[in-house]
Amino acid sequence: MLEIKNLHVAVDGKEILKGVNLHVRPGEVHAIMGPNGSGKSTLANVLAGRDGYVVTKGEINYLGRDLTTLEPEERAREGVFLAFQYPVEIPGVNNIYLLKAALNAIRKHRGQPELDAVEFLALVRDRMGLVKMPEDFMSRSVNEGFSGGEKKRNEIFQLAVLEPRLAILDETDSGLDIDALRVVADGVNSLRNPERSLVLVTHYQRLLDYIIPDQVHVLSDGRILKSGGKELALELEARGYDWVRAAAA
Amino acid sequence: MSDPAVHEFLESWRGVTPVPGAPWFAPQRAAARQAFQARGFPTLHDEDWKYTDVRPIASRRFGSGTETGVDAGLTAAASFSAAGAHELLFLNGQFATAADPAPALPAGVIVMPMSRADARQNESLAAHLGRYADINKHGFLALNTALAGDGALIFIPDNVEVTIPVSLLFASAAGPQPTGTCPRNLIILGRNAAATVIECYTGTDDGEYLTNAVTEVRLGAGARLEHYRLQQEGKRAYHLGNLSVQQDQDSRLVSHAFALGGALARNEIDVRLAARGAQAVLNGLYVAGERQHLDNHTRIDHEQPHTTSAEHYRGVLTGRARAVFNGKVVVHKDAQKSDARQVNANLLLSDDAEVDTKPELEIYADDVKCSHGATIGRLDDNMLFYLRTRAIPAAVARSLLIYAFAEEVIQPIGFAPIRARLEQRVLGRLPDAEVIREFVQ
Repeated sequence: MLEIKNLHVAVDGKEILKGVNLHVRPGEVHAIMGPNGSGKSTLANVLAGRDGYVVTKGEINYLGRDLTTLEPEERAREGVFLAFQYPVEIPGVNNIYLLKAALNAIRKHRGQPELDAVEFLALVRDRMGLVKMPEDFMSRSVNEGFSGGEKKRNEIFQLAVLEPRLAILDETDSGLDIDALRVVADGVNSLRNPERSLVLVTHYQRLLDYIIPDQVHVLSDGRILKSGGKELALELEARGYDWVRAAAA
Repeated sequence: MSDPAVHEFLESWRGVTPVPGAPWFAPQRAAARQAFQARGFPTLHDEDWKYTDVRPIASRRFGSGTETGVDAGLTAAASFSAAGAHELLFLNGQFATAADPAPALPAGVIVMPMSRADARQNESLAAHLGRYADINKHGFLALNTALAGDGALIFIPDNVEVTIPVSLLFASAAGPQPTGTCPRNLIILGRNAAATVIECYTGTDDGEYLTNAVTEVRLGAGARLEHYRLQQEGKRAYHLGNLSVQQDQDSRLVSHAFALGGALARNEIDVRLAARGAQAVLNGLYVAGERQHLDNHTRIDHEQPHTTSAEHYRGVLTGRARAVFNGKVVVHKDAQKSDARQVNANLLLSDDAEVDTKPELEIYADDVKCSHGATIGRLDDNMLFYLRTRAIPAAVARSLLIYAFAEEVIQPIGFAPIRARLEQRVLGRLPDAEVIREFVQ
């Protein structure tokens, strides 16, 4: 699904990722953990194609293609989805129209018929239930006036509607109280399938109590220092990140 | 100090015959003429005009355009009569009878060209005309009174609510030489009266002409006026528009001012909240491209307690366009418990576009709520990226954000045909308009 080899990324001329290797197979859930400033969000952004994140070395292979040659919208149509750490408010752009345009662009690209208003609404109602979205979300502008938790839920709601092949969840757990976290995690778990891969970028192990990863990676200073199974997350929670760094030094 | 050029401008003016011609107005005209001669045109040295250079107007001589026919297509495109409005049409400054009969208005309501006013209507005119617009404010206001041509007289009696919108359409066709008009309107709403009035200014793109329009408004106690001003003049037009309003107790003005056309245009709104509980809502949108210069000046005087004003203007600039927003709010010392809010947001889409935004608050009362905020920005990269990660192509995302920015001030429009026209005018300028139209429906 996703194969990252020796990835170096610079932002504003400063090297942030310094040789990342990552292999995610279809259906797998990988957690990228690490202290603040380790490069976690840079990895998420470079996968989605944000301007200013320059790949200086290495490669990102997605379903056999060089992902770095694609524009962000092309990546989205190819099935890459980024759930933002800080979802942006877009006044005047309606949530639902955006989602409909997004879904139909993706379906068209896949050679599927576009959904009409009725079919789309049926799908939306079904997926709203997954993350317990209140009805009035539909009539509001994108994220406008949403609480931090609502914004995060809206990201997962979009994930549920767009059904990507590869979803990158950037700090989705931050700003969520325990109940909201459970709702979001349940939503994500229900979307797991053998064809869909997830990359969870997170600072805390908390989320991984609910979404059980196949692999956990520790990112520090732009490199993956250690990889392991889900038990690695518990160890990190108990011991912090310093011992990994010390062991790697 | 009379400037010879100003004298010459007046002498060479061959705009349409001044209206109203009633003798009672002659002294006002003479005074205005004197005021204009004394004051002349505003210059960049006047604080209120420092960003708007009117020398292109002052240096031209404007003739009457009455010999030039106005294309029916031009007026049809700007008309709201098909949308159910009661419309008065003025072609090159002169009243023209509409082809279709206008829908009937309630008894006692007067909507007519001033040129047709009879003796009794002249009495209402005499009681109000010239009372609300201050000829000493600047030269163009004096010039309008000195040369005022035809315009509408609208009188809504006490307790009458007019639900049919009244539309005033001013269309100009430029001739081989620059032409000029000074339309003058008067809108009087009695106690608890209500009305919707649309002023639309349009013209041809192929020549130069000047529109120097003034509308005076008096709102009686409890009256409600929804006022629209659509400036969609021709590409080479000069346009000056002033709306001067005086409001009585608990009256409510909702003004929507849209500046789209013209080469050099200025729209002014002066509102006096002259009695307790008076409210004014001012919405505005200016969309300027190429080398257009669009100036928006508003002044709201909170003269009495418990008066409120809420102002929201937005601007979208491309090319080498230049825009000005100057919002003055004066809270007088007796105007305790007043509430004044002002927001001006600007979107600059090119490196060469420029906007000067200037909120001006003068507060002489101590128990008031006042706020203002002005922003000038480009399209937000985070928003663009977010939309693109949702499979929206970059060009469409850009257009969508521009449209959404303008939509904030288009959305509050109550009369749907105007909203549709604005959406079309704004969308029409954007790439991928068709895609976005689908989006926003």
